[in-house]
Amino acid sequence: MGNDSLSEAEIDALREIAGTMVPADAALGVPGADDTAILADIVKSMGRDLPLVRKAIAEITAKSFASLDRDKREALINDMHGSRAAPIVALGRVVLGAYYRDDRVLLALKHEARAPFPRGYILEQGDWSLLDAVRHRPPLWRDDRKELAT
Amino acid sequence: MSDDDRVDVLIIGSGASGAAVAWSLAETKMRILCLEQGDWMKSTDFPTNGRDWEARRYTDFDIFPNKRGRDTDYPVNDDNSPMKVANFNGVGGGTVIYTAHWPRMHPSDFKVKSLDGVADDWPIDYWTLERFYDENDRMMGVSGLPGDPGVPPHKPPMPPIPLGKTGMQYAKAMNKLGWHWWPSDTTIATMPYEGRAQCINLGHCTPGCAQGAKASTDITYWPLAIRAGVELRTRCRVREVTTDEHGMAAGAIYYDADGKEHFQPAEVVIVACNGVGTPRLLLNSASGKFPNGLANSSGLVGRNLMLHPWPMISGYVEETLDGGRAPITNLWSKQFYETDASRGFVRGYTLQFNRGMGPANQAITSAAAGQLPWGRDHHRVYREMFEHRVGIGVACDDLPEESNRVTLDPVLKDSNGIPAPRIDYAISDNTRRMMEHGIARAEEILTAAGATRLYCSRTALNAPGHLLGTARMGTDPERSVVNEWGRCHDVKNLFIVDGSVFVTGGGVNPTSTIQSVALYIADQMKQRLANLFD
Repeated sequence: MGNDSLSEAEIDALREIAGTMVPADAALGVPGADDTAILADIVKSMGRDLPLVRKAIAEITAKSFASLDRDKREALINDMHGSRAAPIVALGRVVLGAYYRDDRVLLALKHEARAPFPRGYILEQGDWSLLDAVRHRPPLWRDDRKELAT
Repeated sequence: MSDDDRVDVLIIGSGASGAAVAWSLAETKMRILCLEQGDWMKSTDFPTNGRDWEARRYTDFDIFPNKRGRDTDYPVNDDNSPMKVANFNGVGGGTVIYTAHWPRMHPSDFKVKSLDGVADDWPIDYWTLERFYDENDRMMGVSGLPGDPGVPPHKPPMPPIPLGKTGMQYAKAMNKLGWHWWPSDTTIATMPYEGRAQCINLGHCTPGCAQGAKASTDITYWPLAIRAGVELRTRCRVREVTTDEHGMAAGAIYYDADGKEHFQPAEVVIVACNGVGTPRLLLNSASGKFPNGLANSSGLVGRNLMLHPWPMISGYVEETLDGGRAPITNLWSKQFYETDASRGFVRGYTLQFNRGMGPANQAITSAAAGQLPWGRDHHRVYREMFEHRVGIGVACDDLPEESNRVTLDPVLKDSNGIPAPRIDYAISDNTRRMMEHGIARAEEILTAAGATRLYCSRTALNAPGHLLGTARMGTDPERSVVNEWGRCHDVKNLFIVDGSVFVTGGGVNPTSTIQSVALYIADQMKQRLANLFD
């Protein structure tokens, strides 16, 4: 086990875990987080979360994760995440951060698969007449000059 | 300039206040040097240039230095606080990674003792600062809409950010309830302004603006100050302010990027390191003459820390809204800002209405809240949330408590071996009652907007932790650290210009007031140059 990257065994375990956390959905046309490209992005982008993620993988595998059926795997992950413990929260953050920047995932959400800069996005003005209900109200703020003068 | 060259004015810190005071003093033609422990930021480095833009707000652009962990950061022991310290160490300081929300404090915030019988009045008032607020609005470039009945009259130089779909959702709900709302003032340029490009909606711009539309002092004050002759030296981490045999500030000892120690002599020292960094520096500057820390005869250096508790209440509507395709800043409400005794607490809060989130942050945030399941139901629930999110922040006034404080950690040190700050902070009973009131009102608003799945985070993920009050301003040297124009009572050539000098914090984001106070202090210094040390 290297200190600065996951071992092959850890990556294999992570593949199973990530695929349980965010599974593929053929009807929606989205891959799971165990997809080869997404998993590679997850592994590559751990950075300083690596120790926590490694701990989360160890904690999950220690609960016989590999031998559980799908329902029990999902229940285990959801129960562990409900504890808000730092390792499982870090694992979730890394998985989601990589998953929701994959082109296929974004396009299925009807979201452009690109960085925000330099094109940006359009923000409509909206209906400013909604403000008419507020425009002519009396001041809400306290004028200390008047209050302290009396 | 060599290290041994004496300067007239040494400014420590290049953030919101340091930049403003440098620019203001530049017209005096004094020799002014600013030492900054971080680097210049490059717009090409900001996250929205890349596909990993959302994930980077949890790594090298996290607002919390302990998580960000850049080598220019210093650690903070905030274990004994429900709120965490947010800052940024680089040219521009916290303005690089703020939301650009730009409310002013209210006149009543400066007179809470006289008006409400709590805490202390400031020795100055809103009206003293008004022209500096206006000047700062022009310098930073503020967008907003005049005519807000919730705040004193003022005229932002640019039109407001569009309402968008999300803003209209809130507006209809607020009109249904009959409560005040108004488009927020913000330092995001809505039109080309003084060399800055206008906002093109790059998403949440808290972790820096690649377009340069969000005002940070590295692109507003600093270019002008440097052109006027001020020197800004980066990668210089100040360890202590030294004093001479007369008890006057002599200069500062700092480490350069290579860890080499230098002494910079100065006639005047101005500290602008924020409400945590400033008390840390003063406490680290203890000496035989100042055994309890520099300028600390009152014992108040580090005390009265105010962090602005900031509950976040969110929900999801059926309509598709703006999501994360625009700045988070949207609307504010001042309906509950001023004291109303019937509410069971004094002072009040601003309601801050936010836009939604980008794809990854939506998932990360709702998973952290326990609202987004893992497994086969993940996609269905996510699709009900993505671009349907509404969220309101409750910006609570946080009255000063001496027990809330910054001290030096006995163990923790930064990479130069300088003792790190420790935070001890608890939310007061008054603030807790205020928080609960605000949470209930926010839930009413979201319900009126048609939202379900309401969720409240009392000390929210990414809550700001504004840093205020730890070297308070006042006329009584036994009850304050600096006088009514920012000069330390104990050391007559030492000034403090950042949020440390706040006597109260108001229920607003503080940067507008921090900079206005800095401009006011600089103006006072300029008026008193002939007898500055008397």
